[in-house]
Amino acid sequence: MSKERIQISEDLYDIMPSDYQDLVKNATYGKEDRGWKDIGTSKELIEQHSLCAGCPESMAFRYILASLPNPEDTVMVGSTGCTSLVFPMVAVHNIHSLFGNQNAIASGLKRALSVRFPDRVKDVVVLAGDGATVDIGLDMTLQAWFRQEKFTTICFDNELYANTGGQESGLMQKGFVAKMAPVGKLFDKVRLPEIARESGCHYVVNCTVSKPSLVEKVIRNAVHIAREIGPTYLQLYTPCILEIGKNSMEGLQEMRDSEKPAERFAYKEYVSEPAKQLLAELAAKDKERKAAAKQLAGQASA
Amino acid sequence: MAETKSVIGTQNKKGQIYTDTWKMMNEAPRTPSFYTGSEVIKEALRRASCDVMIAYPITPQSEAAALIGELFAEGYIGDYFRGESEFAVMSQCAGAAFGGARVFTTTAGPGTMRAMENFPMWAGARLPIQMIVTCRGINSPLSIQPDTLEIAYLLNTGMLVWHAETAQDFFDWILKGYIVSEEPDVHLPLALCCDGFFVTHTKDVVNLTPADMCLPPYDPYRSPVPCMDMECPPVRMMRDPFVMKSNYISYATHASWQQEIWAAIERSRKHSIHWLNGLIDTENTDAEIMIVASGTAVSQGREAIRLLEDEGVRCGLVKVKALRPWPEEEIREATKNAKHIFVPEFNVTGWLAKEIKATIPNHARVHAGPHVCGGMTMPPEIIVSEIKTALGMKSFSLAGRGS
Repeated sequence: MSKERIQISEDLYDIMPSDYQDLVKNATYGKEDRGWKDIGTSKELIEQHSLCAGCPESMAFRYILASLPNPEDTVMVGSTGCTSLVFPMVAVHNIHSLFGNQNAIASGLKRALSVRFPDRVKDVVVLAGDGATVDIGLDMTLQAWFRQEKFTTICFDNELYANTGGQESGLMQKGFVAKMAPVGKLFDKVRLPEIARESGCHYVVNCTVSKPSLVEKVIRNAVHIAREIGPTYLQLYTPCILEIGKNSMEGLQEMRDSEKPAERFAYKEYVSEPAKQLLAELAAKDKERKAAAKQLAGQASA
Repeated sequence: MAETKSVIGTQNKKGQIYTDTWKMMNEAPRTPSFYTGSEVIKEALRRASCDVMIAYPITPQSEAAALIGELFAEGYIGDYFRGESEFAVMSQCAGAAFGGARVFTTTAGPGTMRAMENFPMWAGARLPIQMIVTCRGINSPLSIQPDTLEIAYLLNTGMLVWHAETAQDFFDWILKGYIVSEEPDVHLPLALCCDGFFVTHTKDVVNLTPADMCLPPYDPYRSPVPCMDMECPPVRMMRDPFVMKSNYISYATHASWQQEIWAAIERSRKHSIHWLNGLIDTENTDAEIMIVASGTAVSQGREAIRLLEDEGVRCGLVKVKALRPWPEEEIREATKNAKHIFVPEFNVTGWLAKEIKATIPNHARVHAGPHVCGGMTMPPEIIVSEIKTALGMKSFSLAGRGS
């Protein structure tokens, strides 16, 4: 857990891109309590993005990358869609192969990394849109959960196919008029969080990305539980402001409106019993670490 | 980067000795063993130092895929599981290969077709996965019988494609295939095809290498593209995703990458020739009549040649072992004396004959046939009949041919 693997040879330092120099000098690899608060003071693992101005997905990307507990040993798997336009700019290894096969890729990847690095932690995190997760890739999403594959699945739910221009998706709300739903969508939003629970996920959260601290918490929990116990699933509302007729400044408010108690993205969480136990253990360790740090700080100042 | 140290001569956890592949394949003593094709696949895998095998049931490869599960249970394979469909399995194979594993899988017929989207992706991502294709019908109504039509679809995926005639080919080529596939200047997937049932479900004497010798492990850091294991973290993967750029640089990038895949297939030629002892085998290339075939059609062709010899007709043979890389020069040279070239095939469209026609001068010499398909066998007599008819010789009519 350090920057050891990204150090630059002194002789080559001046010819390396400034992005890379920044990453070595000022990124949060190896920082145990890294999180959303590092944004703005540290080099982020996302260099730029090519999403629309004000896209909530770009916020989600930054919070998630700031919150991964072990980015120096995390491999991410994406799918075709708006996310695949961002991943090339991310400083962790990430795989884009086809549309909808992300959980199958992650299954093979996680197993290969376990075979090759039996004594080390290598986290795998899937991040894909709702079309990839729920429509074309649903089979592979569920089957990875049935098999108890030990990785996290994150779905950026924007309730439509954004990258192809706003077509109906399974996670779209009933009645919404969209391309390919010319008289309004005829069936309910697929209840994937409930399906995830029934399919064997140990940690399921349905929320928006309006609060970075919340995103940080659920990402850390999801990755830790997936590492130790089994599959975890996060469904994050990242509205496509373009396709729902909002302006660049209105993404945050759209998320806040949608997370009110009776709304479809009101915070919902499921934690299995073994996962609860793990979280309690992690919380206790965290408390211990903070107390020790405080004591050390006290000694230093005394 | 860690210093690379040779593992040759050391033992794996099963006590097998990592052996120089050339010595293992060409110098080590061989034991004749009477096995089905499926069992031979298992025995090859036992010696292949394979990290991950992913299985799915489809006739006629199910037995081989299940037998490799036994190898996993015995500790010879790093990980093994049953996927949910061939599309998913091929993506799982990709994931494992992206993660730096030596990967093996098997499929057949409709499974090959279902998984098809993955194959150009494998090649484009430079994943040296080995896939056994035990060919069977892909037509509707449903057929499970031998038929090689699916190979036609694999030829333009960017994969290496080899076509085994016998279980012995299979045993040797599975092991040699990894070595060719994993060369840094190749680093492409290999579709190792055979004719289902004829090879998988028949018993044959196969000369096996010693069971206590195995291939050196795959080294993912010899790959021409990064291994996705975060052992060498990127600053970012690339500056702009090419998919979203509608400009000449984007097109040029994609075009050059496609050309690079086909250049890698070309570069595999020298390795394939070295390991397969040539891309083709030949007999009697001075004959005016040649049979050019791949897979079990070669065996039937050989038998037809014997029957024709009895009647005083001299006929030569070309066994095409590699379809990608395509043995263009070799086939031209081997058929230069031929006035008639017959291409017997187990499929309805005659893809091999089309490839040959596109390769040789004066392609009117090529008689695309005989063809059988849908699971029909190819008695040597129908090859003989085809040849005699074309030569204007009297041929006994065969039942069912309506002549």
